[in-house]
Amino acid sequence: MKSAVIVFPASNCDRDAATALESLTGNRTHMVWHQDSELPSDIDLVVLPGGFSYGDYLRCGAMANQSRIMGAIKAHAAKGGAVLGICNGFQVLTESGLLPGALMRNAGLKFVCKPVALKVEETQSVFTRKYDQGQTVTFPVAHGEGNYYADGETLDRLEGEGRVMFRYQNNPNGSARNIAGILNEKRNVLGLMPHPERVVDPLNGGTDGRALFHSLIETLS
Amino acid sequence: MTEITPALITEHGLSLEEYDRIKGLLGRDANLVELGVFSVMWSEHCSYKSTRAHLRKLPTKAPWVLQGPGENAGVIDIGDGDAAIFKMESHNHPSFIEPYQGAATGVGGIMRDVFTMGARPIAMMNALRFGEPSHPKTRHLVSGVVSGIGGYGNCMGVPTVGGEVNFHKSYNGNILVNAMCVGLARTDKIFLSAAKGAGNPVVYVGSKTGRDGIHGATMASAEFDDASEEKRPTVQVGDPFTEKLLLEACLELMATDAIIAIQDMGAAGLTSSSAEMGDKGGSGIELDLDKVPQREENMTAYEMLLSESQERMLAVLKPGREAEAETIFRKWELDFAVIGITTDTNRLVIKHKGAVVADMPITALSDAAPVYERPFVERAPAQGKPAYDKAKPVLASLEKILGAPDMASRRWIWEQYDNSVMNDTVQHPGGDAAVVRVHNTQKALAITTDVSPRYCRADPFNGGAQAVAEAYRNLTAVGATPLAVTDNLNFGNPQKPQIMWEIVAGIDGIGAACRALDFPVISGNCSLYNETNGEGILPTPAIGGVGLLKDVTKMATVAFKRDGDVVILLGETRGHLSQSIYLREIEGKEEGAAPVVDLAAEKKHGDFVRKLIEAGRVDTVHDVSDGGVAVAVAEMALAGSIGASIGQAGLPDAIAFWFGEDQGRYLIAAPFAVAEKILVEARDAGIIVAELGKTGGDALVIDDSARIAVSKLRAAHEDWFPRFMAGEEIPLTN
Amino acid sequence: MKARIFVTLKNGVLDPQGKAIGHALNGLGFPSVGEVRQGKLIDLDLAESDPAKAKASLKEMCEKLLANTVIEKYEIELK
Repeated sequence: MKSAVIVFPASNCDRDAATALESLTGNRTHMVWHQDSELPSDIDLVVLPGGFSYGDYLRCGAMANQSRIMGAIKAHAAKGGAVLGICNGFQVLTESGLLPGALMRNAGLKFVCKPVALKVEETQSVFTRKYDQGQTVTFPVAHGEGNYYADGETLDRLEGEGRVMFRYQNNPNGSARNIAGILNEKRNVLGLMPHPERVVDPLNGGTDGRALFHSLIETLS
Repeated sequence: MTEITPALITEHGLSLEEYDRIKGLLGRDANLVELGVFSVMWSEHCSYKSTRAHLRKLPTKAPWVLQGPGENAGVIDIGDGDAAIFKMESHNHPSFIEPYQGAATGVGGIMRDVFTMGARPIAMMNALRFGEPSHPKTRHLVSGVVSGIGGYGNCMGVPTVGGEVNFHKSYNGNILVNAMCVGLARTDKIFLSAAKGAGNPVVYVGSKTGRDGIHGATMASAEFDDASEEKRPTVQVGDPFTEKLLLEACLELMATDAIIAIQDMGAAGLTSSSAEMGDKGGSGIELDLDKVPQREENMTAYEMLLSESQERMLAVLKPGREAEAETIFRKWELDFAVIGITTDTNRLVIKHKGAVVADMPITALSDAAPVYERPFVERAPAQGKPAYDKAKPVLASLEKILGAPDMASRRWIWEQYDNSVMNDTVQHPGGDAAVVRVHNTQKALAITTDVSPRYCRADPFNGGAQAVAEAYRNLTAVGATPLAVTDNLNFGNPQKPQIMWEIVAGIDGIGAACRALDFPVISGNCSLYNETNGEGILPTPAIGGVGLLKDVTKMATVAFKRDGDVVILLGETRGHLSQSIYLREIEGKEEGAAPVVDLAAEKKHGDFVRKLIEAGRVDTVHDVSDGGVAVAVAEMALAGSIGASIGQAGLPDAIAFWFGEDQGRYLIAAPFAVAEKILVEARDAGIIVAELGKTGGDALVIDDSARIAVSKLRAAHEDWFPRFMAGEEIPLTN
Repeated sequence: MKARIFVTLKNGVLDPQGKAIGHALNGLGFPSVGEVRQGKLIDLDLAESDPAKAKASLKEMCEKLLANTVIEKYEIELK
């Protein structure tokens, strides 16, 4: 599986995503600069990593969304290519319209970093097929603006179409319907606030994130 | 030409004698710009004039030390061509005035000190001291400082992995915010600040210069009084977004060989960085302020030289490499300007609007800065054993202590810090030391910050030694070999002889411990004049320790892991209660003698424990410090969610046994067969050991009689901080 | 020409910051404070001198970047 990690100014989990992917695929990940207009050829998976792109100034992900590389990412998604947005990456995806809704300031108003229990709601996707339906996993969250918001109609659609992928067991940020991660209509774009790339190596405290990457590797290789 | 009057001189924080000295060095009167430059370069914060004579006595060398004090940060060799670079620095006065930005810019400043040497920052820690919880400003300060540290560190993507927090009324008017940064570099790619050679371009990179923080260095060197509120405009605002870009751009440039020297612009900005680079390199520097990227209009030379605008670096490049460097900085959307050149005159010459506005010999600014041997009055260490009620029930007191402000869980704080970004955190906040893997290797660094200010007031020498000993124990307890120390010395007014005594004795105590433990000081910072309306803080020489785990899989944590493990107490317990947490929290007394540190025993016990961990024989270790054995056992039970059944060993006085703060002790929990061997080996080595009991169950049971559920201890431990902060102000940031 | 843009949350979107501010004000001795909503104020200096053109430009800026129209609305003021 060939993967690319986008680097926006002040992305800071780009290396983490790359190391996780490299340790599991054995391939080098392409680091793609936000000002590039094209992705490398034959990319299977595009990752928008966590971080504080543009300092989270104005709104999280708002300015990163205006980057030149976004056109190529949208094209990749339109063709059915897999796109994974983690934390700040999820914020960029909602700003771009590739995913519905918006991520707002945590209801508790403070940045929160801790391991959280998530229920895997949907295994019918290229991202979650190696999990068991309803399985509880633990990923760390680390964000100040992870409060997922969408209007009632959108939320009902997400639920009805099986597009809520991960749900918080103890909501850390006030997200509507405890939503931690969602899929787009075509089921090839996943955005989630928790960090699966941080639970791939047992030394870091857990390996629940592996199955997400294995699902992708199996499907896309 | 502005006349240099005595009033102007004192306004600049200089004494009339100091000005006479300056006049002598210049061979004439200074002009206003030059007066400003000297005022910051000769401030306590920049020149260390009150402490240099004593800091020289500290041990700074070891075979693994590549760079001791004198550079932006210290450097140690951690094997395989890897180096760890670290330092701790204070931002006390600005944090009291504007807690969010004061703390944030403190974080930014110490990170720059580390990455200017070529190291990618991999971990942050902080040592915080606040006033008593009942003081009206405390909540606001805690909230602001924690938000500021998180706001800056999280955006930089560097994990904040631990620290310490104390509350005490002596900090009511002067909080302490000490930030520590650890970075990784390759030993053959360390960047120093000596600007050797003439004719090399001096380049400015980062943010534009504004009027921020002018005289920040002089503010750091002064006490507060009731007029300090008006100093608000001098607090700088940090931009971690720009600093992250600056970090990446600098590391990119450092991968080439274009840089001769590089220095970050911190306190006293352009002035101190250019003067220090010239001084170390034995060269002169000529700057043209017209070339400095400016954020405001009509900035004067004085303002530009003294500005403490953040996120700026000064570098000396090899001739001809300017364009290459500029490409990198423009890619990262940062300002870049060639603003000067190195010369062979050994003078700092400043030009503005076509004229020379300042011309000073560089040695006058740094080397010739005064070194004071301030008078001190020796004070005998506090003596005595205060009386206490020996019949108070142990477990009830334990519960109360676990919920005391200095002992309660700091989860409220560290869950606001990203502690796992960069994917190398192996031990998160809450243990004896943080452990961060050296990326792509089997090695890891252990990091801790420690000091017990109450001991330092009672006995400055022993207090200084104890701080180092506790850092040594904390690193050892996770399995690391302690390698080096960075010290952040926070004291009151050094012009008071009794305070100067605290400084001198404290430094001596630190030195003695560092020598005995092979644990040299490689960097540090002094913050003096921490007094308000004449009331000073407890002497607080914070020690930041770094150690190395050669194999990260051979590591210990504090959590009990199995039922039926034997709990061993290693080290002698005489029941030292004076100056203890118990005495303060339960009896309301802050009296008596501080515990004495037996440095030979610390080394012996530490080496013994570390070998057990390195051999993979034990995985559960905790050092014994604040609150004594009872608190240490409770902490192990809470971390592992496993109880224990333990009994007094060797002392008739229950309270003295369970809460005494004798030094040099560790708790180890191991399966029976392993434990039995350890007991024999320890006794053979002449180390006092006692079997306390066994792990298991869901309660802490003492002497088979008193019992408290682990869940009850957890409630006491976790409740205090969030309840206390619930009256907080909303952090109105971003 | 100078412009001032107000970006506020759409009605019905929960504003935890506004709520916290309201509580704090009540606690500070202002019990008469009811609902509070926090927004953003952005001041711009424009080279454009024609008000109609400026307004059109600013509207585009709001739609594209300054406001997230999923959750925010905006008001433009020309000075």
